[in-house]
Amino acid sequence: MDYLWAFLVGGAICVVGQLLIDIFKLTPAHVTTSFVVLGALLDAFGIYDNLIKFAGAGATVPITSFGHNLLHGAMASAEEHGFIGIAMGIFELTSAGISSAILFGFLVALIFKPKG
Amino acid sequence: MSNKEQQQEYAQKIKPLQPKPPYVINCLKAYLVGGLICVIGEALMKFYMTYFNFNEETAGNPTAATLILIAALLTGIGVYDKIGQFGGAGSAVPVTGFANAVTSAALEHKSEGIVLGIATNLFKLAGAVIVFGAVSAYIFGMIRYAFKTLM
Repeated sequence: MDYLWAFLVGGAICVVGQLLIDIFKLTPAHVTTSFVVLGALLDAFGIYDNLIKFAGAGATVPITSFGHNLLHGAMASAEEHGFIGIAMGIFELTSAGISSAILFGFLVALIFKPKG
Repeated sequence: MSNKEQQQEYAQKIKPLQPKPPYVINCLKAYLVGGLICVIGEALMKFYMTYFNFNEETAGNPTAATLILIAALLTGIGVYDKIGQFGGAGSAVPVTGFANAVTSAALEHKSEGIVLGIATNLFKLAGAVIVFGAVSAYIFGMIRYAFKTLM
């Protein structure tokens, strides 16, 4: 059942992105950046957490969860340190994603040859 | 007639000649690819929750890292581009699309050297996501925290 909801919700988020590309002629880069901002906005109102509880990976795998995690880390740190905490905690939860993207991206670029 | 008006007129003229994208088929493909990537993510989350000490909230981190590793390797061997051509937004919106943007930008500039080519261009495409994410999270965080302290 978890897998079904992950498929349905994750796929639906991608369809929204596809519609933005096809109908509003946005580039994929514009779609992903707007989705990150959207994820942060939804988390600002506490909506995204409910979506994660409901859909699991269907909500954590799309890039919207990146914005959600940024704000989440910032708010958790703001609880402790006040306004300065926002800057301190902003990358706390997304650290795994960003550092692994840097590491694996770098290593793959070293090892493989460009195609095409 | 000014240059801008001419441009607009031209855009109007060629509009009926441009092929319309097959909306429904594109959406179905995006749904299928995006949904499947999320199902793989769900399986990874379950795996990390069962065999390692992660709970529902923290399991997203190793899952994202694993998906990024898979997507970086698939980009390196040239498979992710084919998935991208088929799936459109279905492959760009999940976190794997972020990894693909990082890796493909680095690979593309490999010939310029390790420092000036790979390392400099690593975030050429994906940097926008981090910039907009951090700026928006900062602003929303400020607003939300200000509300919280004032109320």
